[in-house]
Amino acid sequence: MHELSIAHSIVDTILTAAEPASKKDIREVRLRIGALAGVTKDSLLFCYDIATLDTPLAGSKLVVNDVPVTIYCAVCQAERELVSVQRFRCPVCDTPSGEILKGRELEIESLLIDEYAST
Amino acid sequence: MNTRVLEIRKGVLNKNDELARGLRDRFVEAGVLTVNLVSSPGTGKTAFLERTLTALRESGARVAALVGDLETDNDARRLAASGAPVRQINTHRCCHLEAAMIAEHLEGWDLSSLDFLFIENVGNLVCPASYDLGEKLRIALLSVAEGEDKPLKYPGMFNSADIAVITKIDIAEACDFDRAAARANIDAVRPGIKIFEVSAKRGTGMVEWIDWLREFRIRTQQP
Repeated sequence: MHELSIAHSIVDTILTAAEPASKKDIREVRLRIGALAGVTKDSLLFCYDIATLDTPLAGSKLVVNDVPVTIYCAVCQAERELVSVQRFRCPVCDTPSGEILKGRELEIESLLIDEYAST
Repeated sequence: MNTRVLEIRKGVLNKNDELARGLRDRFVEAGVLTVNLVSSPGTGKTAFLERTLTALRESGARVAALVGDLETDNDARRLAASGAPVRQINTHRCCHLEAAMIAEHLEGWDLSSLDFLFIENVGNLVCPASYDLGEKLRIALLSVAEGEDKPLKYPGMFNSADIAVITKIDIAEACDFDRAAARANIDAVRPGIKIFEVSAKRGTGMVEWIDWLREFRIRTQQP
């Protein structure tokens, strides 16, 4: 259960990265989580609300995009999406592969920010 | 009111990853091979490490260890009996070690006077997988008492490992341990990984492990 510390890291990263003026207007935080990242989505969503309390991100929504595991198959010479993380083999030719191209991500992709017309 | 999308593309664990990269550079420069041990609680990481530290010291290697637990310094005291320098990291509520904790606990140690540095992680097969500690080798341990399907239940951890070690092999029969199934399951989530089978208590398989580790260090480290 390290989702609370992950949630705190998300808040820290955003507050460091976003321009000061826009911080309080962040409506949505979009995250990419790989199937091998070891993070449970439901726990993270729950912890996010706690981690954002009393920060400019309070009330913002966390949107999680799941990233399946993609391997490189040396026999097919192609990228292949795994059917199951219990089986690191090419789903087409069944060759084992340890070359992971995607699926470890734990990344803040983008922010959705409200913009008010300047008067 | 309009909305706009601001691309960020930043790793959530960036801070840890950067610290880990710094540690890795320090380890390489000092010529110390750093090994991170991960497993469930009770797999026998400490017993395996006790035996490893003692054997390496007897072979003339210079070794040290950091050991992570939520509370108590019991493991550090056990490991210190080997004669190696050992420091305990108490994480309190935290379920894994982070690069910052390693950096803090290395303070005052001359890394260039070491050949091997072992880090015994907090017993947990989930969270430590996400945190790079700057290690060269990550070793996932599994005891014969835990069930052959553990690698399938925790694929993230076993997939992130460089070496797998099956422990307590001396009681395999009493546990109805299916050796072939366990090996196949490890290989399913991490194809081609090297697997050692050991009993730290009886010494079974320890010579093979120690020889491999010493050879690996010579093969991969610049003097």
